[in-house]
Amino acid sequence: MNDNEIVKDFLVESYENLDRLDRDLVGLERNPDDKEALAGVFRTIHTIKGTCGFLAFNKLEKVAHAGENLLTLLRDGRLALNPEITTALLGMVDAVRQMLKVIETSGHDGEVDYPELRETLKRLQTTAAPAPSASSAPVNIVPVNIVPANVVPINIVPANIVPATIDQVNVASANKAEKTIVAALAETTAETAALKSPSPASSLPPSEIPSPPAPHPTAPAAPTANKAAPTDSEGRPREASSETIRVGVNVLDKMMTLVGELVLARNQLLQTSSTMKDTGLQAVSQRMNLIATELQEAVMKTRMQPIGNIWNQFPRTVRDVALGCGKQVRVEMEGKETELDKTIIEAIKDPLTHLVRNSVDHGIELPADRAQAGKDPSGRLILRAFHEGGQVNIEISDDGAGLNLDRIRRKAVERALITAEQAARMPEREVFNLIFLPGFSTAEKVTNVSGRGVGMDVVKTNVERIGGTVDIQSTPGRGTTVRVKIPLTLAIIPALVVTCAGDRYAIPQVSLLELVRIEADKVSTGIELVHGAPVHRLRGRLLPLVYLSRELKLANDPASPGEAAAGAAVNIVVLQADGRQFGLVVDQINDTEEIVVKPLRKQLKTVKTFAGSSIMGDGRVALILDVLGLAQRANVVTETRDRQLTEKAQQAGSTAENKRTFLLFAGLGDSRMAIPLSSLARLEEFPVTQVEMSGSQWVTQYRGQILPLIRLNVVMEERRNRLRALQVPPAADSGPIQVLVLQQEGRLFGLVVDQILDIVEDRADVQSAATRPNVLYSVVIGERITELLDIPAILRGADLGAVRPVPLAKTAEVAN
Amino acid sequence: MAHSSQFCTFYLDKLLFGVELKGVQEVIRSLEMTKVPLAPSVVSGLINLRGQIVTAVDLRRRLGLPPDTSGARPMNVVVRSEDGAVSLLVDEIGDVVEVEEDSFESPPETLRGSVRSMILGVHKLKDRLLHVLDIEKACQMTDAADAAAGL
Repeated sequence: MNDNEIVKDFLVESYENLDRLDRDLVGLERNPDDKEALAGVFRTIHTIKGTCGFLAFNKLEKVAHAGENLLTLLRDGRLALNPEITTALLGMVDAVRQMLKVIETSGHDGEVDYPELRETLKRLQTTAAPAPSASSAPVNIVPVNIVPANVVPINIVPANIVPATIDQVNVASANKAEKTIVAALAETTAETAALKSPSPASSLPPSEIPSPPAPHPTAPAAPTANKAAPTDSEGRPREASSETIRVGVNVLDKMMTLVGELVLARNQLLQTSSTMKDTGLQAVSQRMNLIATELQEAVMKTRMQPIGNIWNQFPRTVRDVALGCGKQVRVEMEGKETELDKTIIEAIKDPLTHLVRNSVDHGIELPADRAQAGKDPSGRLILRAFHEGGQVNIEISDDGAGLNLDRIRRKAVERALITAEQAARMPEREVFNLIFLPGFSTAEKVTNVSGRGVGMDVVKTNVERIGGTVDIQSTPGRGTTVRVKIPLTLAIIPALVVTCAGDRYAIPQVSLLELVRIEADKVSTGIELVHGAPVHRLRGRLLPLVYLSRELKLANDPASPGEAAAGAAVNIVVLQADGRQFGLVVDQINDTEEIVVKPLRKQLKTVKTFAGSSIMGDGRVALILDVLGLAQRANVVTETRDRQLTEKAQQAGSTAENKRTFLLFAGLGDSRMAIPLSSLARLEEFPVTQVEMSGSQWVTQYRGQILPLIRLNVVMEERRNRLRALQVPPAADSGPIQVLVLQQEGRLFGLVVDQILDIVEDRADVQSAATRPNVLYSVVIGERITELLDIPAILRGADLGAVRPVPLAKTAEVAN
Repeated sequence: MAHSSQFCTFYLDKLLFGVELKGVQEVIRSLEMTKVPLAPSVVSGLINLRGQIVTAVDLRRRLGLPPDTSGARPMNVVVRSEDGAVSLLVDEIGDVVEVEEDSFESPPETLRGSVRSMILGVHKLKDRLLHVLDIEKACQMTDAADAAAGL
């Protein structure tokens, strides 16, 4: 390890600490008595200061020192935290951060030493306690004073063994001088600890300093030991540093690529081995399959980061914005631990920040206005994140004034984005979405926060770039909710593989709504033409049809799709792009598969209908369809939105809030049952021949594991008949069974139902108590009484016997 | 001794072409190819080269030569371009030849059109001419190139 690496470590650690500082300081402002948080803040600054002295970043040290002095007074209770002090301290954090940036780029701490800031910090100090302390000041100053005694010998040691030396010193001091550390400030890094407990450090015989050849084995261990010590002595739970190591992102990326290759090779191996009779080979390839799957899962996990990592900066952002416009805002967070792939986290950071700032600046009203409206003067900003259907939902809600429909309409007309006539006809939901148009801003005055005409459209583009969607809902006087839906990961995605004109294409599952098959004898009635444009009536609504072979200019273009399709069954893949549905007609629907996304070469980037390519199990390349690009090409997206608008207008009566999405399926007899869509991992169809009996339990092999199948008709059968029903083996002559693959407490199991009906969004707020076991309660969905299944109860009741539900899946899609 | 260089040679419509050997990654037999609908016509498709997806360029089309009617499956000359590996589809592979610098001559003025930008010149071999291809130019596959190639 050389000087550069020490500096790099210092930077990384300091950045992390600073992020925590922002959080802690804002937290402190609300709860000034939190001694522990204050101690944490103090410790961080102290550490930075100490390390700066060590690395000779004098200007940075000066700034940190000024902040530290102020913090000392706060910590000792001789000064109470007020907004002015917090602002000054946050200013110091910013200054430190800037200087760190300079260090990162240039290697020294720059020319600026922030005299005004230091002056402010000093002035704030003296307003309360003019005497610069007696008891605690030495703690700050002494280490600096005793520098000659301790640091000099270390400095003259060859640079590469310094960390090891520090480690030794620290361990020694941690043991011998534990009391000192506890009583004092428990340093995060070793060197300052060493400075503070001079006796053990200086009494350390030179022989204990490891000799130069040794540093490499010891050096990596040093940071671990450093961090472990303060945690123990302090008892303050911090990240389990000793359990973690830092790994470069490029290493992870490389691993991800290699795992992608492995997954492909695995797919090919499975395909090859299935054609061979060699049982040995098959066993090995099965095992390899499992290992590769687990490895893929593990590597994906290394790239997953909790969304809290970016949210943590928001309290600070909100505080600054709120202070700037004289508002009071509380930030609440739910689902901080929700994990996302690192690349996605990075991609959504800016859009989310923008949305948060917007909510504070535009959404939440001034305290006086709020009081007048009968609301709590301080507004609430709620950040929620949760998984649903293989995607992550992020919601940013405020309880502010809500969007002003008329103002948006007016503005849009003013900016010539739409005509006055269009504006008048446009339903609410559509009006909200106008704010995502480029060049739109409703802010009456341009603030430094928002209202400069860039913003929401950029948010939308950025989110869509990573395959996500943005949706906005608002109730005047009650607040606004922006919902961002994004995929978990970009590298390996579940996709539906279809065939068209002899070639296979993969369709990302996120855009997939459902599959519809029109049998040959129904084609003539199932596909109708609206002035030449083919449509299909899907549950009473017209679904525009897009022929893939035609869009891709494959095969012989049928003169009239309606006619050409006659004589053969038609497979329709119902897709969603930019909020609109359309049916994609393909020759054949193959299967769903996990595919590794490989970007297309630059030369092919111009082809907007493809999002990338992937290698299939047989080693051939398949193209991944870009559903949005395809929809644009087929004019689905730009076409009149009337149908969807009327649909929305119907919904507009009921507030969109609190709506939940349910999967509806047929219960026993004529009854209807539902489960929340969020508990569903996938819908599958298995041929009866794949169902096996394990005791009286139906099971099937699902993605290389055993999936227990619970039959709805058994579950809902009266208790006395249940045993008999349970014994029924699958009827060999029946068609394929419909299975809802559910996840519950990290386990997967299948629920066999007779018929899947629909997916609906509904408030479902008319409830009545359950009349039978395994039902949570009855609700009214779409004007029909629907029983909501109690999934945990079913799982408890079902005697799964020897068959344990499979551990939570490998796919990102069902990750919890 | 004059400076000499090595060329990987191949045949297209009975003409002898060559690319500098150091720009060639490998030469492989015909592989399963996936069509790319809507792509420029010079793109024959995508091939799986040991897990790497490589674009295959129909070099006959790129050079404005008539399509191959023999029915033989083309060979892949995988070259390294700025944008990664690209496979050039050729009729037949020739030898690796070593040529002297002084046998080189620029293309005659009478060679016109976009093809001219792709052909750096010719080496006068004993019994025939070796057309030297510019790899970067040959790997471009924009629609503009299509138009220029008279397609």
